[in-house]
Amino acid sequence: MRKWLPPVLLLVGLIALWELVVRAADVPDYLFPAPSAVGAALRDDAGTLADATLVTAREMLLGYLLALALGLGVAVALHFSTVLRRALLPLLVVSQTVPTVVLAPILAILLGYGIGPKLIVVAIVCFFPIVVNAVDGLCAADPELIRMMRTLRGTRWSIFRRVEFPGALPMIFSGARVAATYAAVGAVFGEWAGSSEGLGFVMLQSQPSLDTEVIFASVLILSVLALALYGAVTLLERVLVSWKWQPAHA
Amino acid sequence: MEAIAKRRAVATRGVSVAGVTRILGGKAVLDGLDLDVAPRERLGIVGRSGTGKSTLLALVAGLDEPDRGTVRVAGQEAAVGRLEHCALMPQGDSLLPWRTALDNAGIALENDGLSRSAARAQARPLFARFGLEDAEELRPARLSAGMRQRVAFVRTLLARKDVLLLDEPFGALDAITRGELQEWLGDALADEPQTVLLVTHDIEEALLLCDRVAVLARGRIAAVLDVDVDRDVADPAFVELRKAALEAIH
Repeated sequence: MRKWLPPVLLLVGLIALWELVVRAADVPDYLFPAPSAVGAALRDDAGTLADATLVTAREMLLGYLLALALGLGVAVALHFSTVLRRALLPLLVVSQTVPTVVLAPILAILLGYGIGPKLIVVAIVCFFPIVVNAVDGLCAADPELIRMMRTLRGTRWSIFRRVEFPGALPMIFSGARVAATYAAVGAVFGEWAGSSEGLGFVMLQSQPSLDTEVIFASVLILSVLALALYGAVTLLERVLVSWKWQPAHA
Repeated sequence: MEAIAKRRAVATRGVSVAGVTRILGGKAVLDGLDLDVAPRERLGIVGRSGTGKSTLLALVAGLDEPDRGTVRVAGQEAAVGRLEHCALMPQGDSLLPWRTALDNAGIALENDGLSRSAARAQARPLFARFGLEDAEELRPARLSAGMRQRVAFVRTLLARKDVLLLDEPFGALDAITRGELQEWLGDALADEPQTVLLVTHDIEEALLLCDRVAVLARGRIAAVLDVDVDRDVADPAFVELRKAALEAIH
């Protein structure tokens, strides 16, 4: 309880300050809505926002899982092949300089308005931190452990399975947590490029009619979705990498 | 006749190092080193830090290749052949933090293709023999330093190799635990049929645990001492032997 109190108090304080400033300065809702107006939008448009949330959440989750599968697969391939690592890693770095906002419309043109292009955009956004952290984690295995395994009849595969991969899990989860925070942005980019549903679409629809409180409500929901995904990954890490938090012998 | 028989036994089942030079960082760490270890013999290798004791063990284990000279283990000169016969207990315990003590101990058996439960079943009797029953399900972080070393030793034994290479097994322990474990290791090794090479910077430890002690200095074996005295640190013959080893180091 004591651990949660400071951030909760800070958040409540900031919201209260926000409400106070907007009301005191008489800022219209279409310019900068007060928290109460955002709350009202959440209540009034609950149905629309709930449907849109489900769509975006599905895009985030599936795109994120796609990024995880591809990212870990590529990281393992790069780990096993020095030639591939030398050839592909610089290209991966360069690929990060291409803005996703540019890629999203191209994907929409190529693949249409379905869920496919959104998943690809989310996967592209999430892919890089997963790969980089996984490659670093796999390479960081203690050479002494590998030597020990070699004298215990450890093959290349068993060294990977029993030493390198479990040892890399903390780093893999670091990358996965960073990627989890990008998934929401990726889904919105994908929807902006071409869609007829989802929170990104709701935000686009709300702009011409100046329903700024609905845009804020959508952003709030996106933040909650990103936090939920981050929390789920952290929880999974606690289960799979429980040894990291085990108290040491006195 | 006896000498010829011993040479033959070394050539076919023991460890033979002939004229070995190993250059690391432009410096000859080992310089024309010769050493024979008979099957089932316990040989201590002592020397100052940085005299190439661990390098010698890595060469015997098949983890490294000499720049000049030959290393044979049970008649095998190729690194792969040497690896087949040697199990290394590295400096530090090198236990995998994500595995329980029992799973750490049985890792060589898993590398051989046994299931985890079958490997655990084979490791369990050794845990009972070495007083580790209560530690079976604990992860390394929960074990005392002495227990970790014992688990690492059980892991080395379970590799079921002809030659055990123990690299400063108690180097990181406090004096009291070190004394206890020296006694424990002496008893443990008494029942084992393997050839043992024990690297240590502690002359007394080598004299207490080994049949012969080789003193490594300036990249060569400066002296080989037969430990044909009572293992009593206060015994004048023991003291004399320790003095001889110290003089050879200098």
